[in-house]
Amino acid sequence: MAATAGWRYVRAFVSGLFVAVPVTVTVLDRFAYVARVEGASMQPSLNPDSGSECDVVLLNRWSVRNYEVRRGDIVSVMSPRNPQQKIIKRVIGLEGDFIRTLSYKNRYVRVPDGHFWIEGDHHGHSLDSNSFGPVSVGLLHGRASHIIWPPNRWQEIKPSLPPHRGPLAPEEEEG
Amino acid sequence: MFRRVLGNTLGFVGYTVQYGCIAHCAFEYIGEFVVCSGPSMEPTIVNHDIIFSERMSRHLCKIQKGDIVIAKSSFDPNMNICKRVIGLEGDKVCTSSPSDVFKTHTYVPKGHVWLEGDNLRNSTDSRSYGPIPYALIRGRVCLKLWPPHSFGTLSESPTRRIIKAQRDSD
Repeated sequence: MAATAGWRYVRAFVSGLFVAVPVTVTVLDRFAYVARVEGASMQPSLNPDSGSECDVVLLNRWSVRNYEVRRGDIVSVMSPRNPQQKIIKRVIGLEGDFIRTLSYKNRYVRVPDGHFWIEGDHHGHSLDSNSFGPVSVGLLHGRASHIIWPPNRWQEIKPSLPPHRGPLAPEEEEG
Repeated sequence: MFRRVLGNTLGFVGYTVQYGCIAHCAFEYIGEFVVCSGPSMEPTIVNHDIIFSERMSRHLCKIQKGDIVIAKSSFDPNMNICKRVIGLEGDKVCTSSPSDVFKTHTYVPKGHVWLEGDNLRNSTDSRSYGPIPYALIRGRVCLKLWPPHSFGTLSESPTRRIIKAQRDSD
């Protein structure tokens, strides 16, 4: 009697797993992902106090399924230096924009087709396009939409370009 | 009667979601079928061939020199390219064409790969746009399924462009 009850439980558990694991994996791959932000490269927007806990952000993967981003979005990107690592930075320029770079080998860069220019808010403490150049849009992973931990930092992340960091307007290059 | 219809509909939706998720996991983590077009990988893969590319090597970072891979194009992420890996990070690759007198070389940067088509005369690849990040690779081509007369695993590189370093074992 106990053997059949135990066996029924095992079968129910395994069939439950057959539902839960693919659904969870699909949701994490296509809809939303939760990630802890480490490092100080996005201060003061993310991780403003180096001593206390790291921020946890909600990454919206559905909104980037067609690789559409706006300038000023905070996005997570697969690192061009390390394929197993994801980096979280702000989009400064899209394809076709002219960017005045901070520490890149060229002073002015035109972002090629299918690429974008990302920078961390904490210049100098950030490994971003100023080190490895424009990043291919195919590496886009997700858009950070909300900070969900710690609770006193619950907020929606709104796209905003830092002051003086943005694409150059066409008239400005003449000078 | 209404409750029965509702019950059946919910059951149907539930099964669709479950099998859709299983299909996603299969295509994302096991492998996918790809129809190739273009002349850049002749004679190994020709236009309208159907191949199977497996995903596990890419997720476990076990792609090797000489593998044929499917990758996202760095200029248009909605387009895929099918090329052979000539160099991994740190490898030396030849950037001059075989007809040049002076040979130039470069080293593949960290986190990148150097791709070339087997049909060197008719292929836009890393020789024109440089190395591409490893993370753009989608999968490794392991089997050709169509046409039936060339069914099976794919052959080694017909071009002698892969430079074996001293440390590689043969």
